[in-house]
Amino acid sequence: MIGRLAPVITAAFARHAVLLGTTLFMVMPFVWMVSLSFKSPDEFFQTRFGLWPETFHGIENYTRALTEVSLARFMANGAFVALSVLVLQILVAAPCAYALAKLRFRGSEALFALVLIGLLIPQEVLGLPLFILFHLLGLLDTYAALILPFAVSPFAIFLLRQFFKTVPDDMIHAARLDGLSELAIVWRIMVPTAMPALAAFAILSVISRWNNLFWPSIAISSEELMPPTLGIVFFHNEEAGNDYGPLMAAATLVVAPLIVAFLAAQRRFIEGVTMTSVK
Amino acid sequence: MTVTETISSPTPDRRHANAGRAAATGGSPARAEAAAGYALAAPAFLLIVLLVLVPTLGIFVIAVTDWQFGERSLDFVGVRNFVDLFGDATFRAAFFNTMAYVAVTVPGTTILGLAIALLIESGRSLRAFYRAAHFLPVMATLAAMAIAWEALLHPTIGLVNQVLGDLGLARPNWLRDTSLVLPTLMVIGIWQQLGLAMVLFLAGLKAIPQDLYDAADVDGADGWLDRLTTVTLPMLGPVTMFVTIIMALRAFEVFDTVRILTHGGPGNASETLLHTLYVESFEYLRTGYGAAVTLVFLLIVIGLTLVQAHVMDKRVHYT
Repeated sequence: MIGRLAPVITAAFARHAVLLGTTLFMVMPFVWMVSLSFKSPDEFFQTRFGLWPETFHGIENYTRALTEVSLARFMANGAFVALSVLVLQILVAAPCAYALAKLRFRGSEALFALVLIGLLIPQEVLGLPLFILFHLLGLLDTYAALILPFAVSPFAIFLLRQFFKTVPDDMIHAARLDGLSELAIVWRIMVPTAMPALAAFAILSVISRWNNLFWPSIAISSEELMPPTLGIVFFHNEEAGNDYGPLMAAATLVVAPLIVAFLAAQRRFIEGVTMTSVK
Repeated sequence: MTVTETISSPTPDRRHANAGRAAATGGSPARAEAAAGYALAAPAFLLIVLLVLVPTLGIFVIAVTDWQFGERSLDFVGVRNFVDLFGDATFRAAFFNTMAYVAVTVPGTTILGLAIALLIESGRSLRAFYRAAHFLPVMATLAAMAIAWEALLHPTIGLVNQVLGDLGLARPNWLRDTSLVLPTLMVIGIWQQLGLAMVLFLAGLKAIPQDLYDAADVDGADGWLDRLTTVTLPMLGPVTMFVTIIMALRAFEVFDTVRILTHGGPGNASETLLHTLYVESFEYLRTGYGAAVTLVFLLIVIGLTLVQAHVMDKRVHYT
């Protein structure tokens, strides 16, 4: 009996040993970041180190992160931009996806080809021409510069179109007989059927906006308009690397919302992020 | 939604809502339907044209000029920007560093992601914990985590060098040493993308039918290694191709860590394509030259995406 169980136990032990090792590698930057955010400056210049602070300096570090730079403002900017982009993307994409999925009109194939081209072009490629365009429009360094470039998501159109195609035509006919307008059909019939896809897309969209550094670095120079990514880089440059406590507190606060949301709704988040892969 | 569900090739199997329409509205239903189609699609159409199509075409035009942002005049220079590009030490460094970065991080994330997915699936306990822990970096804001990595790798007070010092080993300056800086960024890149490869492989593993394992069992392939080589790995072939390309696309886009941690230095030791694109276009304002860099980047990404589309087309037949 013991002879037969031994390999099983060894295998289980090896599995946990390896996975705990890789887990340590994955979480170490988070642990170190949070640990430093609780420490006083004296403590991290000591040669001895520990993960747990000797004197708890957290309140001071987090207060300084929130007061010395406008971290709260950066985070509010990030939330405002991410939500505005998401609302715009859905408002623009859903009607177009319905038209492509269910309506017959000349040029619809060409329009769909245009959507596919949009899927193909990475955002970084558009940085330079959009910088020029927004300069010409006089919109650089405004909220509009952070929001408008993402107003249309070819991926959202592509995704919703696929879902809308599965809605039976009879449902649409019935809705028309009930006197619903085409726009009402989009919002009352089609969009509710695509809620799971829309939820995953919403997560993907918000994560992409919150975490994006490239475009805000191009479009924004005023401190009061900075999203969290640009704000933390700004803070990093100001601090010049001497006072880690408040900087790590700021980094922790920037990372926290997505991590907390992820831990609360893991499955949805994984669905949302793996969807990017199709883009 | 799994990856498999969202992947499908665009097929022209549009079902028409015409017949019922005629009964409902009378008049010319086809024309009414077309009018509705145009109206509903118009905002998206105009925005794609304005924000994607025209800008993309614009790059091709700007790339053959010597335009400097802010100047009132520009000249047509043909392919000179591209000739200059490959003669420029910084661009060459960026190009080769990016290739090296991709060549290391793509196998790194793919192989480690596969190994970790297999290990997680091989047992029952702590599955959700391991999955979550390995996935954390994928969604954590990289700009903030880069700063955490900098603290971790600090030459004197960073955890890594404190441990190395305790072990009596050398304590290198990871981000300032010409030969170490790119490998260090590669490790951070692998750390960040590994979890994405892992969840894609986990989805792939779930899609393998149990029958195949049963059949392998009957055929005498009942050891874990036999099962792995006769069933699991062959069945994961298409997913592996797919993961490899996703990882490559993401690796080519490396920017945040370079921007925050190294600015491409020391020297050009960690210069990458997207960082050069950024510096040339938005710091030096060499717009024509920046457009040429952008085009090189675009060509690489489009090439990879077309390979991906081809692979996905194949993959549909598997599911």
